[in-house]
Amino acid sequence: MASMRDIKRRKTSIQGTQQITKAMKLVSTVKLQRARANAERSKDYFNCMYSTVNSILKRVGPVEHQYLTGGTCAKKAVVVITSNRGLAGGYNSNVVKLITRHPEWTRDEVVIYTLGNKGREAFHRYGYEVVECNGEIVENPAYVDAMALSDELLRAYAAGEIGEIHLAYTAFKNTVSHIPTLIKLLPVDVKQDETEEHQGAQAIMNFEPEDVEALDMIIPKYVTSLIYGALMEAVASENGARMQAMDNATGNAEEMISDLELRYNRARQGSITQELTEIIAGAEALG
Amino acid sequence: MVEFNTTEGEIGVLPGHIPLTVIIKPGILDITESDGDKVAALHAGFAEILPDRVTILAEIVEWPDEIDESRATAAKERAEQRLHDRQSSTDVARAELALQRAIVRIEALK
Repeated sequence: MASMRDIKRRKTSIQGTQQITKAMKLVSTVKLQRARANAERSKDYFNCMYSTVNSILKRVGPVEHQYLTGGTCAKKAVVVITSNRGLAGGYNSNVVKLITRHPEWTRDEVVIYTLGNKGREAFHRYGYEVVECNGEIVENPAYVDAMALSDELLRAYAAGEIGEIHLAYTAFKNTVSHIPTLIKLLPVDVKQDETEEHQGAQAIMNFEPEDVEALDMIIPKYVTSLIYGALMEAVASENGARMQAMDNATGNAEEMISDLELRYNRARQGSITQELTEIIAGAEALG
Repeated sequence: MVEFNTTEGEIGVLPGHIPLTVIIKPGILDITESDGDKVAALHAGFAEILPDRVTILAEIVEWPDEIDESRATAAKERAEQRLHDRQSSTDVARAELALQRAIVRIEALK
């Protein structure tokens, strides 16, 4: 049996850890509330943008446009949103796995645009081609940040350096459920569902100015707002995941502490009993 | 009726309009409904017009109560000043856009 002093030392150390995890949980709870409010506020716009652009493109007549047909380059750009700091459970690794375990993609055809240190470190380790982005964005995403990123992506896309743009992030469903998601930004995939097919046939979308020019302006806005929406959700998910992880850690620490407490008391009891036995034996020997 | 400014000029949209997608230029957004009139300063974005609805996806839009009049006036003066003593280093397009925005903001307050 470990000595009393060892057990006590161990217990104190776990108590210290527990205090840290408890504090981190509280901090991320507060952050989660704020991030969640932001995400929910931007979600309507995000969804509306998605459905409107889909509805516009569904009505587009036969238009030749680079944003719709795709580039000739085989390279795929993937924007990966992760966190700058760890201790968030599986939050980062789940997003990274979306790409590393993708059934069709090979390492050489993917270019990673990472937001967040954790993702960058992971992709470096796996040997992917990584383009540095401003990692500070994920701390407090603003619309201008999303704009700058989408400008950079679209420039590379227009220059033919990349042929497809994807976005990997963690969708925020509710406080406990976060879903790693991979969506395709460009070329735009138009969902053709049966019910709307015949509706779309009746009225063709008109554009002012010309369709190509209009799409030139709309698609970047679409990409920007999707990135922005994803950022908002990812921040909420990050804090949610951290809160959960820290809650578990605090619970586990509690369990270990009570176990050690029990062992400590047993050891204490044991040593008292032993001392008493020795005293009594000594007294008997004298008498 | 929905009225706003587009790259092709100001338009007013009534129900039953043909499907149309337009790009927004800074201007006043005026929504007339049976129960009243709503005005906002609309700066950037695009709009999808369908026979039964108009979806405006604005990047920047402000209701009158969100506009700080003194700031808008100051921004207007600053932009005018910059356009007035124009130098080679001046970003004319940016200054003009700033001026346009400030004018729209002030107008929306009226």
